[in-house]
Amino acid sequence: MFYRQAGQFRTSYASDARLIPFREDRFVLIAILIFAFAAVPNFASDYWLSAILIPWLCMSLVALGQNILMGYAGQLSLGSAGFMAAGAFACYNLILRVDGIPFVVAVMLSGVIAALVGIVFGLPSLRIRGLYLAVATLASQFFIVWVIDKFGWFKNYDSSGIITAQDIVIFGKSFTSPAEMYLVVLVIVAVLTLLAMNMAKGSIGRNWMAVRDMDVAAEVMGLSLLRTKLQAFAISSFYCGVGGALFAYAYLQSVEPAAFDINLSFRILFMAIIGGLGTIIGAYLGAAFILLLPVFLNITFHAVLGDSVDATLISAFEQVIFGVMMIVFMIYEPLGLARLLELVQERLRLWPFKR
Amino acid sequence: MFEFLFFLEVLISGLLSGIMYSLVALGFVLIYKASSVFNFAQGAMVFFAVLSFVGFMELGLNFWIALPVTMVLMALVGMATEKFVLRPLVNQSEDTLLMATIGLSFVLEGLAQMAWGVEVRRLDLGIPDVPMMWLADLTGIFVSTLDMVAGIVAFVMVGALALLFSKTKVGLGLRAVADSHSAALSIGIPLKHIWMMVWAAAGVVALVAGMLWGARSGVQFALVGIALKALPVLIIGGFTSVPGVIVAGLIVGASEKLAEVYIGPYFGGGIEGWAPYMLAVFFLMFRPEGLFGEKLIRRV
Repeated sequence: MFYRQAGQFRTSYASDARLIPFREDRFVLIAILIFAFAAVPNFASDYWLSAILIPWLCMSLVALGQNILMGYAGQLSLGSAGFMAAGAFACYNLILRVDGIPFVVAVMLSGVIAALVGIVFGLPSLRIRGLYLAVATLASQFFIVWVIDKFGWFKNYDSSGIITAQDIVIFGKSFTSPAEMYLVVLVIVAVLTLLAMNMAKGSIGRNWMAVRDMDVAAEVMGLSLLRTKLQAFAISSFYCGVGGALFAYAYLQSVEPAAFDINLSFRILFMAIIGGLGTIIGAYLGAAFILLLPVFLNITFHAVLGDSVDATLISAFEQVIFGVMMIVFMIYEPLGLARLLELVQERLRLWPFKR
Repeated sequence: MFEFLFFLEVLISGLLSGIMYSLVALGFVLIYKASSVFNFAQGAMVFFAVLSFVGFMELGLNFWIALPVTMVLMALVGMATEKFVLRPLVNQSEDTLLMATIGLSFVLEGLAQMAWGVEVRRLDLGIPDVPMMWLADLTGIFVSTLDMVAGIVAFVMVGALALLFSKTKVGLGLRAVADSHSAALSIGIPLKHIWMMVWAAAGVVALVAGMLWGARSGVQFALVGIALKALPVLIIGGFTSVPGVIVAGLIVGASEKLAEVYIGPYFGGGIEGWAPYMLAVFFLMFRPEGLFGEKLIRRV
């Protein structure tokens, strides 16, 4: 930003290992958090909270999971929506079958269940990589959704095949208004994001990156590929599962397995890539971009062509725009929006002088 | 005896529908061989091709005029893809290229629906999708005429491609490029033209595959999902082998039909949707390079 980083010396190991090394960055983060916790729920309208902010936070978490697997550990995956479904339906069953379980506990447990599923589907990654792995992860996508769809138990034998999410209850207090749900989601997302930042900076993240950059070399240096890869799959699916549960409970509310189809997986992939692989902030930027683009297109279309536009035409056009953006990013900025942000910051640091 | 006949029937219908998967997978192999691009958009190309074909026919074009027009269109789409998507990405990693082609598949699917609409169309090739009675009378096995035609078409196409690869000058160039881009360039093989040719050929293959699929299950967006099943076929067969994808297509088609009929009832059906992928995953555990794929040797 506008500030210089010169003059801030790291004089101890503790200061060197800090999560966010620069003072100004910490201020910015704290300011954002205060804004998100104190100002947003008071001033944002219900529409903004429940139609934009809540899904954005949930999908950011899922994109973060995808980013952990793809950006940090280098394992291409096309099955994230499957893990989201696992999380969402695990949460439904936990709340349904365990009396008085606090929502947060249920969400975390459903993340753990999604992680276990993730480990199972991560097993092929030990032998295969790259394109082959991408196809293998499609198996998780189709299999998980099929299992949930076919076995009525997961949906409490609901005849319509659609579950209605229970109210969010934590220790007897129910959180039902958009502002309350937003706060619940925000707390979980903020905590998990801090955790992810820590992991990315710590030894776990370094192991992932070593495997990503060259797995043979990482193995030679004594890293257990088995452990590192499965860890990445587990943690990534944990994030996807928690994100899926929150998405189902705070946003969708009535959930059918078909909502977690392959298209959603592709969207998550786009979020991670357009946001910027291997960055935390990229997940947020990417999720915002992919979620807001349709809204923006819709408004533009209605403004330009009037109200008579065909909805299918818009959605087809939206698809084209998504695809074009994807290709353009791949060609011109493979590191995504996070990299663009970084470039802007570097410009601003020297401003008003030119480079 | 009746039991056995039924088994045979399921097997044959599986094998024949497997050929249709092979046809889709063939397009992948063509492109992968020549440019080591994993073209995720092949399924979208199938959809785009057949939807355009039906669209042209609805505009009043005769079958035999619509066919070459669509072929030219597909060739143009292939060339445009090469020029605007892949040329700027030369020398990028395979993963990057894959993601770019995922983007491409979105573009093609969207464009097709923008141009021709989203409703399900019927495509009548004049080949009935009903069992051939003479065969049924002769052997007691019911095989659909359409399946049979698909088999013959696949056979002819693979034969033509094999001839193209082994006998013509273009094929020689293709094989050289597949071996090494830089070596091929250095002896004066025009890489650009070769790649354009390959993409155009893949477009035409997509059209043929799309027409057969369209005649079977209607021209609709679900075709994209069907085309995704070409991926496990590809994995089992190996990315670079034409005979491999044919055999793998047969394996996938047969196993998915057999699984659906014999194992499906225990789970309430619908296992066709994921069985091929699971098969591919198990396959990968034991032969990561596929049936006929080149053995991967990685050096550090």
